Amino acid sequence: MGSTPGSADAVYLDGGVKTAAKILVVGHFAVGKTTFIGTMSEIPPLRTEERMTQAGAQVDDLMGVRGKTTTTVAMDFGRITLSEKLVLYLFGTPGQERFVQVWEDMTKGALGALILVDPERLKESFAVIDLVEQYGLPYAISVNHFDDTAIRSDDELREALDLLPETPIVTCDARDQKSSADALIALVRYLQTRTARSMT
Amino acid sequence: MNEPDEPIVESPELVRPYVITNGRGLPEDGQFNLITLVTASDQPRPAHLDPEKHRVLDLCAGGMLSVAEIAGHMKLPIGIVKVVLSDLSSEGYLVVRPPVPRAQLADVSLLQEVLDGLHARFG
Repeated sequence: MGSTPGSADAVYLDGGVKTAAKILVVGHFAVGKTTFIGTMSEIPPLRTEERMTQAGAQVDDLMGVRGKTTTTVAMDFGRITLSEKLVLYLFGTPGQERFVQVWEDMTKGALGALILVDPERLKESFAVIDLVEQYGLPYAISVNHFDDTAIRSDDELREALDLLPETPIVTCDARDQKSSADALIALVRYLQTRTARSMT
Repeated sequence: MNEPDEPIVESPELVRPYVITNGRGLPEDGQFNLITLVTASDQPRPAHLDPEKHRVLDLCAGGMLSVAEIAGHMKLPIGIVKVVLSDLSSEGYLVVRPPVPRAQLADVSLLQEVLDGLHARFG
């Protein structure tokens, strides 16, 4: 790559890729979404912006700006080529209720969501989990494990986050590729069992 | 890289990109989604083409990219890029590979392919 015309820093997909799949990596502010995506992506993570022109009165009031204000929500994403025909995109999605417009676009066609959770700040994950459920997206919980955080038992987490018994909980270090890949694998396995169940 | 969660609020005079689309918004049932794959077709370009269309075609001439990647490289909002792509596509300048429709996404075989791919790459 690189001798072809186009952008100097664009890394193009193999010509044979026929299918693109999408998984969302969601979580509250500073939980490690960007790190996770950077760890897993084969390209330097990119940032896209979605403008929300009809962000509504709430935002206008909040900012004290009159008239038409545009709010820009940025999302980081990365790419993993999984085979010569299949590519997977990981989108880091902010978990705030006020970004509902962005969520419509992000959840459309997504296989599922990996929800990153900081065990020290469980309450901050409630809104994110609500949103994912509201959009009907199947998900797994990935407890982002930092060196000095106390590990909570799965039962404690399940109760605190009000999870279904079947919802997978994995521990992951977003800086570590193997560990992050294992979290994605746990999610996809869960999606498979759900799909298999719905077909019987 | 910083976490991108905090919205950036811009004042109206800084909102320029819709000029590119001549003020048009996105068609409701847009053909383009974040992971629609796009590349340039063989159709020769006319001499007169909007600068942004030129830039998009230059980028797409190198190979296949998703709509999100095109937006990321061009540093333009997704909505704008979709409108530009939609024009270019209807004029025949693009080859578009649409994402798998929702019903098929639940397909066991796709999930198996994703799982096999993850194992093969990171196993």
